[in-house]
Amino acid sequence: MSDVAERAQKVLVLFAHPAQNRSEVNVHLAEAAHQLDHVTLIDLYGEYPRLDIDIDLEQARLREHDVIIFLHPLYWYSTPAILKEWQDLVLEYGFAYGKGGTALEGKTFFSAVTTGGSAEAYRDNGYNRFTIRELLQPLEQTANLCGMTYLAPLVLFGARSAKEHGRVSGHVALFRRLLEALVAEKLPLIEAAKAETLNVVLQKHGMG
Amino acid sequence: MEGFLVQATLYLFAAVVAVPIANRLGMGSVLGYLIAGVAISPILGAFGTDPEDILHFAEFGVVLMLFLIGLELEPRQLWGMRHRLLGLGGLQIAVSTILIALAAYWIGRIWAIEELAHWTVALAIGLTLALSSTAIVLQTLGEKGLTRSDGGRASFSVLLSQDIAVIPMLALIPLLAIPELIAEVSHGAEVGHGGKQEMELRLLDGQPGWVATLAVIASVAGIVIGGQYLTRPMFRFLSHARLPEIFTAAALLLVIGIALLMTVVGLSPALGTFLAGVVLANSEYKHELEADIEPFKGLLLGLFFITVGAGINFVLLFEDFFAILGLTLGLMLVKGAVLYGLAKLFKLRGAAGWLFTLSLAQAGEFGFVLLSFTMQNGVIPTELGSSLSLMVALSMLFTPGLFIFYERVIAKRIDANLPEEDEIGETGPVIIAGLGRFGQIVNRMLLSNGHKTVVLDYHNELIAGLRHFGVEGYFGDPSRPELLLAAGIRDAQVLVVALDDQEKSVQMVEHVTREYPHVKIVARAHDRQHTYALYAAGARDIVRETFDSSVRAGRYALEKLGHHPFQAERAARAYVKLDRHNLAELARLWDPEISVMENERYAAKAREINARLEESMRGLRTEYHDRTERGWTPPPKGGAVKD
Ligand SMILES: Cc1cc2nc3c(=O)[nH]c(=O)nc-3n(C[C@H](O)[C@H](O)[C@H](O)COP(=O)(O)O)c2cc1C
Repeated sequence: MSDVAERAQKVLVLFAHPAQNRSEVNVHLAEAAHQLDHVTLIDLYGEYPRLDIDIDLEQARLREHDVIIFLHPLYWYSTPAILKEWQDLVLEYGFAYGKGGTALEGKTFFSAVTTGGSAEAYRDNGYNRFTIRELLQPLEQTANLCGMTYLAPLVLFGARSAKEHGRVSGHVALFRRLLEALVAEKLPLIEAAKAETLNVVLQKHGMG
Repeated sequence: MEGFLVQATLYLFAAVVAVPIANRLGMGSVLGYLIAGVAISPILGAFGTDPEDILHFAEFGVVLMLFLIGLELEPRQLWGMRHRLLGLGGLQIAVSTILIALAAYWIGRIWAIEELAHWTVALAIGLTLALSSTAIVLQTLGEKGLTRSDGGRASFSVLLSQDIAVIPMLALIPLLAIPELIAEVSHGAEVGHGGKQEMELRLLDGQPGWVATLAVIASVAGIVIGGQYLTRPMFRFLSHARLPEIFTAAALLLVIGIALLMTVVGLSPALGTFLAGVVLANSEYKHELEADIEPFKGLLLGLFFITVGAGINFVLLFEDFFAILGLTLGLMLVKGAVLYGLAKLFKLRGAAGWLFTLSLAQAGEFGFVLLSFTMQNGVIPTELGSSLSLMVALSMLFTPGLFIFYERVIAKRIDANLPEEDEIGETGPVIIAGLGRFGQIVNRMLLSNGHKTVVLDYHNELIAGLRHFGVEGYFGDPSRPELLLAAGIRDAQVLVVALDDQEKSVQMVEHVTREYPHVKIVARAHDRQHTYALYAAGARDIVRETFDSSVRAGRYALEKLGHHPFQAERAARAYVKLDRHNLAELARLWDPEISVMENERYAAKAREINARLEESMRGLRTEYHDRTERGWTPPPKGGAVKD
């Protein structure tokens, strides 16, 4: 037992949702993350309702964790605003990049997103014209510049009908297994870095 | 009594008529006063009064002025000016004295005027005429807003060194006495001015030299130490009495007392009060003192200028019209040339150099003082002295003309392409009126963001406590216009009205929006009614003192009830927005003249808003709800994203 604890990776989930009273998926994902050992859940809108992000505190949190996850609904093909604010303030020169900016080197990063659009829409022949991985490229390059290993996103497509179709609990369970695999270092990282989505990788290794 | 009333009426009438007209014509108030004096001098003559008598009284205006100047000058600043005082001022005095003395001597030789061809007389004349007029120059510089310009500052340094130089001059002049003249003077003393002289307190006459020296040192030390340690408890005690006129009386007592002390030990009263001013420049009572003394100074100085105008002896002038006029212009030319040379030497460029040259080319009020002193001491013969007095007065009369010339011709030409660098970046301060719990927070925030604040309050303990922490706080009733003026409202960018007294804060907002429309006002309101009154008075940034904190309490309560913090924040913001909107609507309809009950339009609006509020509080209305819920609405379930 103590052996496992020593090897346990620490996971930081940065959760961003500005209208949680109306969320049908993301709040449950956040709740699942909150329950797990070795996983820290930060509700950014809850902690910074006036967007006055505490840079030192956030940087300290980053230092203490090995895996960083953005958990959020897809808003206009990107993150909700507070995650952008978080990046702009926390990823400072000399901390995250540039001379002496090595604090994030070797850590793992990816997004866990839910989208209104269906899986079909996120294809080059769909109305969104790009895959979700392509659309998240700004985050991929951000991770890259900071020396982090970027993984494919975990995605729930068609989130606006997930509740009606009974897909929420399945996705929550998938997210939980993903987090446990990360804590135990059981996720094949090289494969996960190359895949289109993490959903595919988990499926393939019998975690789906 | 009647004579006094006649004189007072005459002087005041002349001033009230002449000064506004002169100002209107852009000539400045000094010329207005001088002309008023010239105009009334025949009438005064008819009444058989001598303007000379009033002059002695009016000279006190100069004393008050120097006190006020001292108040504006902290010891540190004065020390920083020492090179200018010695270099620029010292050279001006020395060179002008020598040149004027040589000229006098030379003229005496050429025109074979026996008295003039005496080197002692020539030197005394040089000393007397080298001085310029502190009163005219500073008053005019202030009126034209040039005090802080490069040229204005240089002029001020020279004037200050001249005022200081008067002391050694007073010591030196008796040594220049001509023995025959002394006999003559002491003979005439029983009849003329000398009669007055005896009334003066000259306790030190006949004492050995070291006693006099000791007395001088003791009184200067007394001013410095007393000003530093005694004035504070005294003013504190007086301010507790809350009798503004007693405070004014104390301020006058301070200045007059010092002037008296200086006269007794044989020093210049102007210099003594100047020193007292410098000592008090750091005091929290500085602005209150300024506000109290200022009106007296203004009136007495005006009176002084009138008497100078009235003192011009036209009979004497017309006897030798061209000679005296020519000599006066010649004197100003010599002084101007010296000043111009100094401007070049001290690198006063462009307009600054010209302002320096033109502003100081006259002879000044200390010239009168020294002249009567020389005559009393038998240094200069009386007839010659009267002619010299005439020259001094004439040169003062010409000075406003030179200022006008500077403004209309030189400044226009030079400054068009060469702005004076000094003025830039000197942003005006923030004045905070009222330093209770409210004002203190505003003050701390501004200070920690690097802004200079001037803080005014009526509570001694508060001000004293804050000064302890290096806050520039001043005691006084902030709603007094004079105090605001002294605190620098003219140059201020922002005024924070944080008074406890509601009525006073409304008056203050009214006064400042009317008189200083450029000053931006942030006002503290007690409640809604007060908010309306402040709005009507012209304030636009009005803060209800408990509003923001109540909203915050509401927000916390929402959070404790389980609302997500971000939602609670949005609810609070929406509430603030709606409430402020409603308040602004009501404020526009509110009318100070009509009571709320009788104001139909206001009442109708208030009813409408209340009805809306009630509905939304009972959950019947979605307006408020919509405001908080609208953001981040996802597309409807099953709805197409693309048409
Ligand atoms: C402001 C806003 C922007 C959105 N932009 C997108 C988008 O670009 N692509 C997309 O597929 N869905 C978009 N959606 C739908 C959300 O992704 C969807 O409502 C969310 O994933 C549902 O998760 P939840 O129930 O946890 O809120 C947007 C929704 C909102 C409110």
